[in-house]
Amino acid sequence: MDQQAANIGEMSFEDALKALEEVVKRLESGEVPLDESIALYERGEALRGHCQARLDAAQARIEKIVAGADGKPAATEPFDAG
Amino acid sequence: MPGSNSDFDSAREGLVAKESAGDNSAALTITEISQALKRTVEDRFGYVKLRGELSGVKRAASGHLYASLKDEKAVIDAVMWRGTTQRLSFVPEDGIEVVATGKITTYPGRSKYQIVMESMEIAGEGALLALLEKTRKRLEAEGLFAPERKRALPFIPKAIGVVTSPTGAVIRDILHRLADRFPSHVLVWPVLVQGQGAAEQVAAAVRGFGAMGEGERPDLLIVARGGGSIEDLWAFNEEVVVRAVADSPIPVISAVGHETDTTLCDFAADRRAPTPTAAAEMAVPVRTELANYLDDLGLRQRKTAMRPVTLGRERLEARAQRLPKPEQLLQPQAQKLDELSERLRRGLLDKAARGRESLARLRLAPAMLQRNLRDGRSRLANVRLVPTLVQRPIAERQQRVDALARLAEQLHPDKPLARGYAMVLDQAGKAVTSRASAQGKAQLAIRFADGELDVVPAGAKRPAARKPKPPEPGQPKLL
Repeated sequence: MDQQAANIGEMSFEDALKALEEVVKRLESGEVPLDESIALYERGEALRGHCQARLDAAQARIEKIVAGADGKPAATEPFDAG
Repeated sequence: MPGSNSDFDSAREGLVAKESAGDNSAALTITEISQALKRTVEDRFGYVKLRGELSGVKRAASGHLYASLKDEKAVIDAVMWRGTTQRLSFVPEDGIEVVATGKITTYPGRSKYQIVMESMEIAGEGALLALLEKTRKRLEAEGLFAPERKRALPFIPKAIGVVTSPTGAVIRDILHRLADRFPSHVLVWPVLVQGQGAAEQVAAAVRGFGAMGEGERPDLLIVARGGGSIEDLWAFNEEVVVRAVADSPIPVISAVGHETDTTLCDFAADRRAPTPTAAAEMAVPVRTELANYLDDLGLRQRKTAMRPVTLGRERLEARAQRLPKPEQLLQPQAQKLDELSERLRRGLLDKAARGRESLARLRLAPAMLQRNLRDGRSRLANVRLVPTLVQRPIAERQQRVDALARLAEQLHPDKPLARGYAMVLDQAGKAVTSRASAQGKAQLAIRFADGELDVVPAGAKRPAARKPKPPEPGQPKLL
């Protein structure tokens, strides 16, 4: 469980969401032993927090590529969609 | 001029050409005739527009383009100088029906004429579609459009690269829809999307994104253009674009034209979106929906977290209910106790009843006593108590005692002593009745009627003085 908990930070949003769904399903099934359910709940909370953080981190940032003479991107500048 | 004709005809062929008088048709040099032809042709066909099928297309190292234009019956060589080829909006290839404009020139060195093309266009939409189909088949045969090449799009791209015109509705639509759904980091690579050089720019942008460093590189590309005619969208059918998209290390969504327009770029991309807006929808999920779903999961988790506890409680209760109640536990014993005490009570009652019964059976009546009394009295009356009853037995017994006393006097051991008999006694005072027992005794005593005399048998040692024997206790007396 510790091993998995340590990995949550590295999970993609999608993986974390899947893992959270799994946790909720297991909890809802009612087949989890009582002691394990507490650890499972904690993991679920960690996953939810991670997902939330991933969502919160999403911010609009729109830039325009400025290509250099060789056609390779040289820089970016804020894009003004006019 | 039949006459002159016949003259000419009848003229005998000489061996050597001679100039005859009046002959104004002096022989021209080849150069002269060639130059004359050139002038005539170029003057007459200074600018023509030809329609024909390209064949034998060849691009020389110099950059000039050589080909032939042909129809069913004729063929004409064609050349396009390098400078002009750069303005071509398609890549010429065999089989394409084109409309070429230019002037006819001759090439005296080879006795040839040709058209020097100033422009070349595909001959109508039908020809364009034919070319498109041809290219599509060729690239498909290469496997560029194979379904197994298609990659999954990232669920939430960290950065989205957009290859499109920086102006116009397309980029606005994409950005708006992205903002509505999931505000994302967007990198726009501005390109021409139509006309000369558009295909090259689009291809360069796709490859440029792919060549970016791992950290800054977007993980999803959208190649987009608004709707237009097949001609407008042609850049996206160009092989250079198709190959760039197919080679892209980043998954690509192609959104070129409207829903009904399909370009080769669409075939090569991992996903095809019918419109730029749809591309934005494919690119990102709806953030609020995700957040709601996340909240829902959290809620469900909180709701169900206590489930094992309640479940455990229910189980415990179910078992507890099955436990026997204390009163039930003792019931058999209590019952037995009740039964026993009942029996005890009944037993007592029975006993008492029996007692009463037997008591009732006992008839203790004075008559019983009176009868006994009467019996006793009558028996007493029967007893006649007279003194002779006692006196006669006494006298009888007195007689028997007297007889015995006489007999006893006769039998007394000392009695014979008076008649001259003596008794030999040992030292202990016991009678010695035989010689054998007397022999060996150290001392003996002889009892006479008037006393004892100690004697020593002959031969016996003189014993120590015998202690005088205490007098015999009184003679046994019968009475």
